[in-house]
Amino acid sequence: MRLVEAIRSALSAIAANALRSLLTMLGIVIGVAAVIAMVAIGSGARNLVDQQIRSLGANLAIVTPGNVTQGGARLGAGAASTLTSDDAEAIRREVDGVVAAAPFVQGGAQVVAGASNWGTRIYGVDLDWFQAREWDVATGRGFDPEEVRRGDIVIILGQTVARNLFGEDDPIDQTVRVRNVPFRVIGVMAPKGQSAFGQDQDDVIFVPLDAGRRRVIGRNYAKDGSVGSIFVKFANEEEIEPGIETMTALLRQRHRIVGEQEDDFSIRNLTEIANTASASANTLSMLLAAVAAVSLLVGGIGIMNIMLVSVTERTREIGLRLAVGARPRDILSQFLIEATTLSTIGGALGVGLGAGAAYLVAQLAGWPSLVSTNAIILAVGFSALVGIFFGFYPAQRAARLDPIEALRRE
Amino acid sequence: MALIETRDLGRVYDLDAGRVVALDHVSLDVDEGDFVAVMGPSGSGKSTFMNLIGCLDRPTHGTYRLAGTAVETLDANGLARLRNREIGFVFQQFNLLPRVDALGNVALPMVYAGVDRRTRREKAHAALARVGLAERWHHRPMQLSGGQQQRVAIARALVNGPKLLLADEPTGALDSRTAAEILWLFQELNREGVTVVLVTHDADVGRHARRLVRFKDGRVLEDHRQTPLDARDLIAAESAA
Repeated sequence: MRLVEAIRSALSAIAANALRSLLTMLGIVIGVAAVIAMVAIGSGARNLVDQQIRSLGANLAIVTPGNVTQGGARLGAGAASTLTSDDAEAIRREVDGVVAAAPFVQGGAQVVAGASNWGTRIYGVDLDWFQAREWDVATGRGFDPEEVRRGDIVIILGQTVARNLFGEDDPIDQTVRVRNVPFRVIGVMAPKGQSAFGQDQDDVIFVPLDAGRRRVIGRNYAKDGSVGSIFVKFANEEEIEPGIETMTALLRQRHRIVGEQEDDFSIRNLTEIANTASASANTLSMLLAAVAAVSLLVGGIGIMNIMLVSVTERTREIGLRLAVGARPRDILSQFLIEATTLSTIGGALGVGLGAGAAYLVAQLAGWPSLVSTNAIILAVGFSALVGIFFGFYPAQRAARLDPIEALRRE
Repeated sequence: MALIETRDLGRVYDLDAGRVVALDHVSLDVDEGDFVAVMGPSGSGKSTFMNLIGCLDRPTHGTYRLAGTAVETLDANGLARLRNREIGFVFQQFNLLPRVDALGNVALPMVYAGVDRRTRREKAHAALARVGLAERWHHRPMQLSGGQQQRVAIARALVNGPKLLLADEPTGALDSRTAAEILWLFQELNREGVTVVLVTHDADVGRHARRLVRFKDGRVLEDHRQTPLDARDLIAAESAA
């Protein structure tokens, strides 16, 4: 019997017992819906995490000032700036796998351009900073090494700042004033969007490290050459952990911290944080996959059960088919195709339900979701396999019926 | 030439209660174009004989040639092929597929013969026309009378052009008038060249065959040729009654 006809006849058999068929499919429907929704929500979450890693810059560690103890009082992390440009220089020089060590200072600032003004965050950075964060200018140009070395009063605006100060006008070569210091705009950064915490990362301005330290931010960085924090970028992920150990030793030595004395800095592996988030998303996925697998199993057993009932009910039909010339394998494939059609329809319904659920979650919870074509193909294919697997035993029973016995059955 | 040739054909069942010899060394030839009524009480072996010559069962011993083919040498697929091409079955209970219309039921054997859909429809229409149901091709079994259902079943048995029509109590579930009409249909088909073997316990039905074989205790008790009654006389008599 040709496949198309076999499927048509299977569909008519399924339609003849519509309610029963639907109830039988339910296990598959729920299982597949769970898979689809799980993959959609899981990959959405992973996308979000990936995006956060990318917006931060890959393979990144950050060195921040730690606790300082003065006269027995522990002042807490960040109470004093303990890091210097020279620390960054030493890290760059002495730690393996470091491709950029970017010391920077930051603060709040009011920027004035003609009649408009805007409050934003200001960063004093060097060239390594842009490399570490994997962030470039969109228009104009970045700092040149000489400007950074001299601490020239040039400035690069974030997209948000440029828009608020200049609207549609080109800000390049315009002058903006920060703390009454006139800076020349040389570039505008590429847009970066929201951070993981919902901050607008484009609401920012950049000046050369020395210019920021001396002319605008000042207060916390009184000590010569001191900086707020240092971004350290590694060539690849494996070098981060050993790199952090080397940096710790290096900085303790440079800061003359010995024995049991507490570090006056702390180093965090930012990629690690992202990986942790990614891992928990994976755990959730695995959990849902397990639920889906159990549901598919139960659905498959349901199909097996109903196919056994169907074989019993249609024993005479099987006998008749054998009498008019069906070979045992014709009967086998007929029932196998029926079971597979049943489970595949269930799978298709499940895809619809799962995609709908993923969409709802995305809409209501604001959680991104992504229904992938691969997941759909996989889910429908897997439910077809469930049909074949659980349909085989009933189909084999049908194919092995003795035609005489089958015809005699009431 | 003999269409059916059995030599020492036997069938023994090994049951819990012991060995049951259902058919005991039966050697019988049926010529092509004959109309044979197989009779006998239940347990006489007539059903076993019918199952064996219908290639639904395998003999325990002996040989059976159908249209020159040594049946006992065939595997399950070979038997299926023979049933499909050379034999048309007609049953007491019609055995039509309830969800399928008359045309689809008649076309069923051609599905397993690998005939394409278009040819199937044409041939099924022709077969339905032959049994006088051309107009009812789209009716489902439930929408047809018993006699009409049996006609559909006969059309199904004929559709692959078999040499042998095997009927097991074909009039058993029908009223006497309809039964007479079905008997006449068999006589007509036989006149057109189809070999008919009809199993019945009804002596009146048996008298419409050209040859009568009576079984008892797994053996042929009686085998003689006879002048068949004309089923049209029976139809006339039933109409008058």
